[in-house]
Amino acid sequence: MINTGRRKFIKLIGSSSALIAASGLLSTCSKSPDKARVVIVGGGFGGSTCAKYLQRFDSNLDITLVEASARYITCPFSNTVISGMQQMDSITHDYSAHKNRGIKVIHAMAQDVDPAGKKVILDNGDVLAYDRLVLAPGIDFKWEDVEGMNKDDAETIPHAWKGGAQTILLRKQLTSMPNGGVVIIAAPENPFRCPPGPYERISLIAHYLRQHKPKSKILVLDAKDSFSKQALFKQAWGKLYPGMIEWIGGSNGGRVDEIDVVSRTLYTESGDTHKGDVVNFIPPQKSGDLAHRAGLTNADGWCFVNQRTFESQTHEGIYVIGDACIAGKMPKSGFAANSQGKVCAAAIVTSLSGTDLPDPSYVNTCYSLVSPDYGISVAAVYRFNQEDGIYKSGGGVSPLDADASYRAQEARYARGWYDSITQDSFG
Amino acid sequence: MRIQLIKPLLIILFCSTPLQATEITRGVMLSNSCAACHGTDGKSPGAIPSIYRKSPEFISQALLDFREGRRPATVMGRHASGYSDEEIQMIADYFSSLP
Repeated sequence: MINTGRRKFIKLIGSSSALIAASGLLSTCSKSPDKARVVIVGGGFGGSTCAKYLQRFDSNLDITLVEASARYITCPFSNTVISGMQQMDSITHDYSAHKNRGIKVIHAMAQDVDPAGKKVILDNGDVLAYDRLVLAPGIDFKWEDVEGMNKDDAETIPHAWKGGAQTILLRKQLTSMPNGGVVIIAAPENPFRCPPGPYERISLIAHYLRQHKPKSKILVLDAKDSFSKQALFKQAWGKLYPGMIEWIGGSNGGRVDEIDVVSRTLYTESGDTHKGDVVNFIPPQKSGDLAHRAGLTNADGWCFVNQRTFESQTHEGIYVIGDACIAGKMPKSGFAANSQGKVCAAAIVTSLSGTDLPDPSYVNTCYSLVSPDYGISVAAVYRFNQEDGIYKSGGGVSPLDADASYRAQEARYARGWYDSITQDSFG
Repeated sequence: MRIQLIKPLLIILFCSTPLQATEITRGVMLSNSCAACHGTDGKSPGAIPSIYRKSPEFISQALLDFREGRRPATVMGRHASGYSDEEIQMIADYFSSLP
């Protein structure tokens, strides 16, 4: 007996031919020829998070992550390696979790994008067709704006602003320099990757020098007149490393005009000459190279996007997240890239399904270690409106009057932060 | 027999409906922000407390207390300042109802 409801139900199908047709759909469905194809280029915090959350939002998507390296070495916490507190393996991650959840991971360089044909061309000869493309190319350096130094000279004067061999090189130079030597750190003009990063680096190099080469000095030549968490950093330097760090702002002679690589000498706009035993020159920055080749960048070298969805304002169906894009008030940080990766994933899934994207919420939390047990932080929540783009709706920095236990707690949370964000992005 | 008859229809429904694992709601958008520090789904691998499947009362009260300065905090007072009562409830409902 078939009950009335079931009878109506089956009537909807109608004849046996309809059943056969439906059965045909079974094989069609299992082959999934209509799966939307999303290609993500760049396996850093932004790209990896986006791939993971795309898969979590819609497990029916055909997701491919293109990343040149089999292992990703993070910029966050690389200062702990430079200062000898941690080893490289502690900041190295792979893509096995992504592969295990069904994301295709291709280790190749994306050479070009064909926005009209919706294709990505890889250096291994593969051509990937996409329905949606996410570019998370990170940063490249404006060597063309640096007088006296080019890309290859970073083997002598490391930037260490991308995790990897440069991190190790700067560490080696610090361990080789004499007690009583001078470390020069040149910080770039805004915008650049990780605004508090140079100042955490200064702090942790000071921590290393105080222990091992206490007669040494750190000279900071800054292109800017102010910097992230400035009051907190300067307070901590006075307490922990008195007399060791001299910071010169841009208007007071901090802007570097020219570099003599061989003698490790920096010439400033103000006419001063500074020679270092170790020089860490962090060059001015722009979007990663692929964004330029794809024609997505503005005159300053960054990508304009719809800040609600991260879709490029230049090419439909291409999204740019992370350091490469202009994201309103959000800084260029791994944490911001993680947050943008999730919003972008939601924007893509809703656009593919024809549903509405709920109002996005974005967040940034950046901890900086000033010593192993002294942490400071900046935290912010961001929202979007048409007039302002992404704006800050809440947040703040660590209080200046906090006691030692608060700083120690923030140092502990800084490590917890690293464990969590790398798990959320790569795990 | 009944199962055999209904199977193709289920497949039609299955194929024509997006296999969206998660309905993307405002609560999802808000709560995913928390995962970067508290771990995916609020399951923290390190020093930051887990919030996975904590009761909605616990999460909403903690966030309200952080926001109003009634509970000692490092970053959480600053973060909570960015959320309305309604949004705090959405976050609490999301993490408490995860499978």
